[in-house]
Amino acid sequence: MIGRVLPALVAGLLLIFLLSPDSFAPLFRPFTRNGAPPIYGQTSLLALTLSHLAIVAVAVIASTLVALVLAVLVTRPSGREFLPLARTVTSVGQTFPPVAVLALAVPVMGFGTAPTLVALFLYGLLPVFENTLAGLTGQPPEVAEAARAMGMTDRQRLWQVELPLALPLILAGMRLTAVISMGTATIGSTVAAKTLGEVIIAGLLSSNTAFVLQGGMVVGIIAVQIHHLFQRFESRAARAAGQGV
Amino acid sequence: MIELRHLTRVYAGVPVVDDVSLNVPEGEITALVGTSGSGKTTLLRMINRLVEPTTGQVLIGGQDVAGQPVHLLRRRIGYVIQGVGLFPHHSVARNIATVPRLLGWPPAQIGARVDELLQLFQLDPATFRNRMPHQLSGGQAQRVGVARALAARPDLLLLDEPFGALDAIGRARAQADLRGVQRQLGTTMILVTHDINEAVQLGDRIAVMDHGRILQHDRPERILTDPATPFVQALIGPGERAFHLLSLSAVLGMTQPGQAQGPAIPREASLRDALAECLWSGRDALPVEGGGIVTLAALRAHARQAPE
Repeated sequence: MIGRVLPALVAGLLLIFLLSPDSFAPLFRPFTRNGAPPIYGQTSLLALTLSHLAIVAVAVIASTLVALVLAVLVTRPSGREFLPLARTVTSVGQTFPPVAVLALAVPVMGFGTAPTLVALFLYGLLPVFENTLAGLTGQPPEVAEAARAMGMTDRQRLWQVELPLALPLILAGMRLTAVISMGTATIGSTVAAKTLGEVIIAGLLSSNTAFVLQGGMVVGIIAVQIHHLFQRFESRAARAAGQGV
Repeated sequence: MIELRHLTRVYAGVPVVDDVSLNVPEGEITALVGTSGSGKTTLLRMINRLVEPTTGQVLIGGQDVAGQPVHLLRRRIGYVIQGVGLFPHHSVARNIATVPRLLGWPPAQIGARVDELLQLFQLDPATFRNRMPHQLSGGQAQRVGVARALAARPDLLLLDEPFGALDAIGRARAQADLRGVQRQLGTTMILVTHDINEAVQLGDRIAVMDHGRILQHDRPERILTDPATPFVQALIGPGERAFHLLSLSAVLGMTQPGQAQGPAIPREASLRDALAECLWSGRDALPVEGGGIVTLAALRAHARQAPE
């Protein structure tokens, strides 16, 4: 019960804050000094949040699509030899710091959203790829055998058996990617992408803790919400796949 | 008729199936029996091309299976495996409907076929149609697995240790079910098993395999009374032979006129059951349902037909 009410309550509070940030000014005033503004006002927090979410959504969808296709390809008999390569690419994507990706991408792509999308895309490949791989390879061998023996074509097996059974794990990978990207997207504001990082950076530059808190909290709360939402999808998908209860 | 012609399958230089030729008559159950590693499963899997033969041919109804698109071939051949392999994300009805759906049957016809098969396997359609595989017992899942394999009315059903995962009671029931269904539908079946008992119970013919070769292929009585090699004899187990032989015939054929005390035995019961009942109840003769008796002396005489 509490697991459902609490997130809903927090989500409601967040919405009120985004729609009318100034009504929360008294709460943030203790974190300011020398009469600095307690609420970030350069850009509307709501607009920044929506832009932040849009960037994350595009990046997550792009990494999911690419990671899915990669994982499917390297689990086919003809693509198996590319598995080590795909693993290396996605691992490098994860280990290469997003800040460095930004630094490298800006000279090529210019300031703005594009470098951020690239950084998030690369950073988000690994969880979806590895989870999809685990989902596709960890299926009961007798199920794969039955699908072959019933006369399903390779494509029918993929769409009707393998992907539906891997769905819970694929969703778990997307959840990780989305949550990581929510936080990582903030650094996009260092290269002028419109994200909630703007609030945090403004707070750091002007030594205004209230701004840092606002930016950080909005990002954190949304990340937790996304986490919950995906978990709900996952358990639904797991039930549909005949796993668990 | 299914003809296997000089089938050989080599793995890493070692022949797992070695030049096997076998004719499987239509409408019968042929049991492939052997120890593990004898090549019986590989032989079976070459029939629906889950394994491609290194050399040799499989002919079904005179047609070489190698010339047909493999997915179309498999849709015409039912296949049952030990782990059953029901699709965990599909309901019982959807599982059974797998091949008919692949073949593009109209939905109404598929629905009717699913219910018909559930009834055939004594699973109430209203109760079981929408169950998920994880809600089934082992025996129920196994029956659904056989129903799925039979859904598109295949002419040939391949079974690989189909009852291996069931307990003794479930296995006896599943064997009786399979026998009944086979009698009713007349489907040609090839059954792989390591259990000579199961082979004798179910097989119209038995092919004994060892080291990739068929040592003997014959009616069960002949295998029991006249084993071709010491291996076949060892597989049967000399101590069991008389009982296997008795289990092949029903009481019906051995009844003689007369009167006997005690409860009657069903006409379909095997001679082995009759012997067990005689020994257990200490009687020399049992009344048979519907008239007549079966005597211990007659059972003894029948069992001794086995030459030493």
